[in-house]
Amino acid sequence: MAVMTMRDALNRALREELARDENVFLMGEEVAEYQGAYKVTRGLLDEFGPKRVIDTPITELGFAGLGVGAAMAGLRPIVEFMTFNFSILATDQIINSAAKMLYMSGGQFKIPIVFRGPGGSAYQVSSQHSQALESWYAYFPGLKVVMPSTPADAKGLLKSSIRDDDPVIFIEQERMYGMKGEVPEDADFTIPLGVADIKREGADATIVARSLMVPLALQAADELEKQGVSCEVIDPRTIRPLDINTIVESVKKTNRVVVAEESHPFAGVGAEISTEITERAFDYLDAPVKRVSGADVPMPYAKNLEKLALPGVEQIVAAVREVSYLN
Amino acid sequence: MATQVVMPKLSPTMEEGQLSRWLKKEGDKVSMGEPLAEIDTDKATMEMQALSNGVLRKILINEGESAPLGQPIAIIGEADEDISELLKHAQAAKPEKSAAAPARLPSDTAPAVEVHTSKDQREQTKSPISTVSEDGRKTEETAAGGRVLISPIAARMAADAGISLSALRGSGPSGRIVKRDVEEAIGSKAKPAALRAVTSTRGAARQAVYEPSAYRDEPLSEMRRTIARRLVTSLGPVPHFFLTTEIDMERAADLRRSLNEIDPELKVSINDVIIKVVAAALIQHPQVNASFRDKTLRYYEHADIGVAVATENGLITPIIRSADLKSLSDIAIEARELATRARARKLKPEEYTGATFSVSNLGMFGIDEFTAVINPPEGAILAIGAMAPKPVARDNQLVIRQTMRVTMSCDHRVVDGAVGAQFLQTFKKILENPLYLFV
Amino acid sequence: MDNQSTESTGKPRGTTSAAAIIDADMPNGCGTRVADSNMAASEHPTENKETLLDIFRRMLLIRRFEEKCAESYALGKIGGFCHLYIGQEAVGVGAISAIRADDYVLTSYREHGQAIAKGISPEAVMAELYGKADGCSRGKGGSMHLFSKEVNFLGGHAIVGGQIPLATGVAFASKYQQTDQVTLCFFGEAAVNQGAFHESLNLAQLWKLPCIYICENNKYGMGTSLERAMSVQNIAQKACAYEIASEFVDGMDVLAMRHATQRAVERARKENLPTLIEARTYRYMGHSMSDPGNYRTRAEIEKYQERDPIKLFTATLKENDVIDDKQIAEFEAQIKAQVESAVRFADESPEPDSRELYTNVYAAPIKD
Repeated sequence: MAVMTMRDALNRALREELARDENVFLMGEEVAEYQGAYKVTRGLLDEFGPKRVIDTPITELGFAGLGVGAAMAGLRPIVEFMTFNFSILATDQIINSAAKMLYMSGGQFKIPIVFRGPGGSAYQVSSQHSQALESWYAYFPGLKVVMPSTPADAKGLLKSSIRDDDPVIFIEQERMYGMKGEVPEDADFTIPLGVADIKREGADATIVARSLMVPLALQAADELEKQGVSCEVIDPRTIRPLDINTIVESVKKTNRVVVAEESHPFAGVGAEISTEITERAFDYLDAPVKRVSGADVPMPYAKNLEKLALPGVEQIVAAVREVSYLN
Repeated sequence: MATQVVMPKLSPTMEEGQLSRWLKKEGDKVSMGEPLAEIDTDKATMEMQALSNGVLRKILINEGESAPLGQPIAIIGEADEDISELLKHAQAAKPEKSAAAPARLPSDTAPAVEVHTSKDQREQTKSPISTVSEDGRKTEETAAGGRVLISPIAARMAADAGISLSALRGSGPSGRIVKRDVEEAIGSKAKPAALRAVTSTRGAARQAVYEPSAYRDEPLSEMRRTIARRLVTSLGPVPHFFLTTEIDMERAADLRRSLNEIDPELKVSINDVIIKVVAAALIQHPQVNASFRDKTLRYYEHADIGVAVATENGLITPIIRSADLKSLSDIAIEARELATRARARKLKPEEYTGATFSVSNLGMFGIDEFTAVINPPEGAILAIGAMAPKPVARDNQLVIRQTMRVTMSCDHRVVDGAVGAQFLQTFKKILENPLYLFV
Repeated sequence: MDNQSTESTGKPRGTTSAAAIIDADMPNGCGTRVADSNMAASEHPTENKETLLDIFRRMLLIRRFEEKCAESYALGKIGGFCHLYIGQEAVGVGAISAIRADDYVLTSYREHGQAIAKGISPEAVMAELYGKADGCSRGKGGSMHLFSKEVNFLGGHAIVGGQIPLATGVAFASKYQQTDQVTLCFFGEAAVNQGAFHESLNLAQLWKLPCIYICENNKYGMGTSLERAMSVQNIAQKACAYEIASEFVDGMDVLAMRHATQRAVERARKENLPTLIEARTYRYMGHSMSDPGNYRTRAEIEKYQERDPIKLFTATLKENDVIDDKQIAEFEAQIKAQVESAVRFADESPEPDSRELYTNVYAAPIKD
């Protein structure tokens, strides 16, 4: 065990997997010589050389498709999007090629590729650079979508994603790269995909949160504890396929759920979780599932507006109180 | 005094039960609350508790036998008491399907008078209509189409605990029954569920003021029956008589003005004040807050005031429920909202049927006074005339005061002259001195 | 198909030179080379009789197969879209005859010809078109998504230009894995307008990837002619922007196509460099079976039919005494039988099991 930042945990994961399997290679903008726009890939070029760690031109559609083609021919590419906002340019290859190749070829060509990078909000980077796209990608059968919220989760999940034979959308959070935590140093430490994590146990209310919202949910739980409400915080970790069973078991215990997310509410992951809870745990609900989502607006630049656009601890606390019929 | 033990309703969907096991033998001492028998319901095996003290004198149904709800299954009495009469009745008793089998908690004391919650108000001859979902939960619906709002977990808990939904009061939004309401009910089973403790319009009881008022029925006495018979034959279906009085409205008008100055958004009208005062007066004169029901007179616990609204299609009276509990601002807002919807023909039936008393105001049309026709089965209706400055004598002086004439029409089968007059007196007293509302 | 046999027929004579191409519009400069099957024998190996007959038979098989597809589609046996290769056989057959079995081919949705040329059996292709379980994609792909790992045919892609970055990546993998495999990437001229084309060519030259880009310029992107879609209509010339070697080829001349591809293959295998080949060709049928083709005249179609690639090659082979009418009749009979067998196979093959709906969504599905 060592304490390290999420950035370093990801770096370790990449390092270990590049060392483990020759077919793994990494490409993206500024990943090599620049040491990574967010320094996640620092030192990898030095260690593995330009064949394995490749700087690309600004050509998202091109290099995403190239990655998928390389995967068809037996390699295991890790494609970095500097931010997932730029992945939008590559969606034709992610969605029409990567997600569907195995299915439409009748099982002949699997695509063991990882598309990774930071998604969601940053600090005052405005509307085109602040989007949370996980529900977009989770929509497509054939893709897996993973979102870590701690350094240990980041390392274990990234390793599993790289070893996974399917296309994985691995969405990190820039604002969490500096977050510190204990991380197992074992090169074989992996966290399986499709398994949620109970970040905090509780009895009165369930908060389902992912990525950036997890620390906020935990803070809200502390606050609510003082108010006499014991919260269980669940981090799905893998968005698709979703470990709905863990969430349902929690709902059976607490009878009330709040889903916290920084993304827009409409047709988002919170909407999906809410529907699945209603379908599977209706008889256990004491209140409708409540979502605390980001504001349904493009992200503004001004600091105060940006703060308003994102859920905070207060909103999560208020939501839990609402589903508990308090005040 | 010997009492019958009848097959109790131990789950909302139960229609008959099977006696699984007697826990007491004939001749055993029994005290209230003690388990008497195990009964198989449609859901589970439940314990039935004794509702009185004494000795289990007679077991009327054997283990393994079934009986529908309400059928006598045992007699409890003093050890040496004569129970032959009771026995005769019991053996002759046919399974009843009347609404006289209300949902009862096993540990209820048997009330001397049938007390219904408002949900059963419309179900005179039918049990609550229930739809049973696949896993046995149900939504109770009244014949008028109203629904019980209840969260899924609360419904299940109530079903499992054998608590009828109509015995529960919901603290959630729109009166939704939620988990803690059921938890409280389970925890307070010993308390009689009959009378609701109504404290204020806020919080737990808030939803209650949007439901029809609770009530009790009293069988007609001989005298009442006679009066009714005679009056009907001589005066038509509803024997009306009319009482008029003139009211000094200065203080009421002041009150209205002051309130609207404090909060211009409020827009309280004189009619709102009148409704509030009528409600207060009705509570002080419960004999007027009543309706004629063939064999009984129904006395309501709260004043559900029907407010006549003229619409394109005719007169309709949307109801302000429990006006006695509502603040003037509540009433003002609600009256306005109901009137708007009434004119837009968007009222639901339960919003215009079942008032306990009606008020009709033609003052805005310049009518000085008029007599209104009672909305059956209500006991009375108050017709309000225009408010206008008039010369009156005060302390032997001639002064100009805002004056209003009201005429009350009473159903003589329900309200006698003196009773009506006393009510009107109180009404006048409060309206002339609104501070009485606070006393 | 490459051959170094000593038994050669010598230089083929009599084929029309590139100069006789009807709408000759010869691009100059930028390293573009005009391919001409009359080029000096030393520049390319000559083919032996066996190879030539094999090429001929493949073209004829594809022609008859596509004609049968038109019939089957009209009978409702083939659903959805059906894009026929009739008139373009020389491009696919010529190019694929220049590569090895372990080289890769990716193409667009107008792919039946290339699939058969690469080695997917007509049975497996027809069964796929019929949506049957024995189709080469198990009935899950259809006309636009034929795949065969066995013969290194990597689809079959329905988004115009979508295959171009993919092919670039396949070539990348070959270089990475240090094999000397090359990748052929077929696409139409309309795909050249997609960003993906430009991004891919840039990457291929920048990173030196063994990818051969073959543009089948049949003058029409669905109903839109080349002139209406492109500011610069010389596609081979677009390679200039990326300093990529390019060739302009008469796509109706199967040997010209073959030789141009051979040159590109050599460049790819030896130097890991890409090539852009523009093959001028023509499709006689509409864009798909649903296209009435009102955007071109009957006269234009007939004009191009005079240079029907099979007609041209037959003439060449006859001139060089490689084939005679009797042989042709034999081939026709064999091919007829082959195509009918394919139809029978497809008819008799069962529909996919309904459980196939949920198979192969993930290679590593995570159980609930």
